[in-house]
Amino acid sequence: MTTTPLNAPPTGVPLHPGSATVEFRSLRRAFGTTTALDGLDLTVHPGELLALLGPSGCGKTTALRILAGFETHDSGEVLVDGEDVTKTPAHKRDAGMVFQSYSLFPHLTAADNVAFGLKMRGSSKSDRRKRAMELLELVGLPQRAEHFPHQMSGGQQQRIALARALALQPRVLLLDEPLSALDAKVRLNLREEIRRLQQDLGITTLFVTHDQEEALSMADRVAVLRAGRLEQCATPSELYARPTTAFVAEFVGTMSRIPAYRSGDGVEVLGRRHAVDGVVPADGELDVLVRPENVGLTAAADGGAVVVGASFLGAVTRLTVRLLDGTEVKVDLATEAAALLPVGGNAHLILPDRPVLVDRRVKSGQ
Amino acid sequence: MAQLISRLRLWRGFVLLLAGIYFAVPLGASVLFSVDNPMTKSWSLRAYTQLLGAPGFTDSLRLSLELAVVTVAILLLLLVPAMVATRLGAPKLRPVLELICSIPLVVPVVALTTGIIGVLRWGPDYLSTTPLFQTILAIQNPTFPVVLVIAYVLMALPFAYRAIDAGLGAVDVKTLVEAARSCGASFPRAVFTVVVPNLRTSLLNASALTVALVLGEYTTASILGFTPFTVWIAANGKNDGQMSVAVSILSLMIVWIVLLLISAAGRERRGRKSARS
Repeated sequence: MTTTPLNAPPTGVPLHPGSATVEFRSLRRAFGTTTALDGLDLTVHPGELLALLGPSGCGKTTALRILAGFETHDSGEVLVDGEDVTKTPAHKRDAGMVFQSYSLFPHLTAADNVAFGLKMRGSSKSDRRKRAMELLELVGLPQRAEHFPHQMSGGQQQRIALARALALQPRVLLLDEPLSALDAKVRLNLREEIRRLQQDLGITTLFVTHDQEEALSMADRVAVLRAGRLEQCATPSELYARPTTAFVAEFVGTMSRIPAYRSGDGVEVLGRRHAVDGVVPADGELDVLVRPENVGLTAAADGGAVVVGASFLGAVTRLTVRLLDGTEVKVDLATEAAALLPVGGNAHLILPDRPVLVDRRVKSGQ
Repeated sequence: MAQLISRLRLWRGFVLLLAGIYFAVPLGASVLFSVDNPMTKSWSLRAYTQLLGAPGFTDSLRLSLELAVVTVAILLLLLVPAMVATRLGAPKLRPVLELICSIPLVVPVVALTTGIIGVLRWGPDYLSTTPLFQTILAIQNPTFPVVLVIAYVLMALPFAYRAIDAGLGAVDVKTLVEAARSCGASFPRAVFTVVVPNLRTSLLNASALTVALVLGEYTTASILGFTPFTVWIAANGKNDGQMSVAVSILSLMIVWIVLLLISAAGRERRGRKSARS
């Protein structure tokens, strides 16, 4: 993949990082009795931003650290542009990394931090200085060149760290929860800035996060990991609209479970028959999974449901409805419509007329 | 509240005054005694001039300073890589390392010296036919007794360990090393260019403590028969009371000057940092 240089810097060498293909093949890694990666297969395409999303301990950071060269794997392969990098030491992997904790070198100024990699590579002092200033310009902080890390805010430090990671024009950019230590507003700004830079530079980027909103808003594709395995890798919209497993459905966005019964090749829910998206588990009791925005609700005296809670979310209000069997279902309604359904009122729940995702019933307390 | 603060300030001043008197009175009295000439009832620097011209003064002082420099160098070269490696690669071994480094605290210096004497006596008998025999002799060379450096490194281990450990605790060593490596630095280079500069203060503290220990150590050097500055002071202060006190004051001042220089080295760096920012 080719990308257009971002600008014409004074060093004469364009800011033009590589865009490699990264492949994890049957990657396994265990720490004692804990399996961090259990046969991970995943490909990151050139120039794309792929988010590794999952709960704590799912193996996402381990995969990133293996790619960076900071961890070893027990079996499997890590390929960058088809070349196995298992035996390549971390400092020769050509991968820039931004860490979760502020990782700027405290004894160096912002400019010296950015120029650090170039110094390791033996660039002349004047070239290092020029390149550092270009990159500081790129992240919008040229005025902070002579500031030390302790004189900068968290957001500024992470932007400098990003500039430092890009200084060597790496083939892959690795972001290990770079926004998690920042406050909400800074996080939002930096999220957009990282995405803009990544798209401008066209650099292959692997982004680890446990924040689904972050992953969905930034990534070209999102890979959801669970217990060291890939559950699903898809575009954010596909992942949200067509999750292939109950875990993905419930991890990405909000889902409610409603008891269901087998009915031919479909299921019966709330007295109506529905087609199933995917397969119906062969045994055990069943639930269907529905998103709040896909459920309809109308006021009805004998509707079989009671509104028990309401959360105002702006244009939308999220109502919690309790069914006769005690099941609670979340429903998103336009705030005006929700005003007609006061807490304590009876209502009738309507499921979408489309195939539903079915899972084995989760017992309470599980 | 204001009354409480002023009372606290008063107490602080009182405690400082007491501490000042505790240190200053004996020192002042010593200085007065060393320059007092009871015969002429006037002041005289005779003790100091005699001291500076006494045979062995320069040699013993130089030997002490050389021992201090080499001890600091060996100690830091041993401890820093070991402590960084333990933190990064085997954090479970940290208590073991701490225990090993603390052992010299509970071993009396006399016992340590007796042990060294035992080894030095045993060595020639058993190693006479091996190249190690020459080593045993070389480390006892009175011009520069390496055996004293070995002893001082052991004695300074607990203090240096704690000073460096505090420094390592204040920085995220693992992340800094990984960040440096992702920027293309090999592991040793990452430690040298990123970790060590951020341990500057704790390394200076460790050095200052070690220098103070070496410049003040008497027992081992005396028992082993070497003449660094402390041993020379003791020998030359026996005959003349005034000179004995003058030599103590001079020794104290030398230690202070060295420690102040070490401390100033750290402060000067911090000052430059602030000025640049």
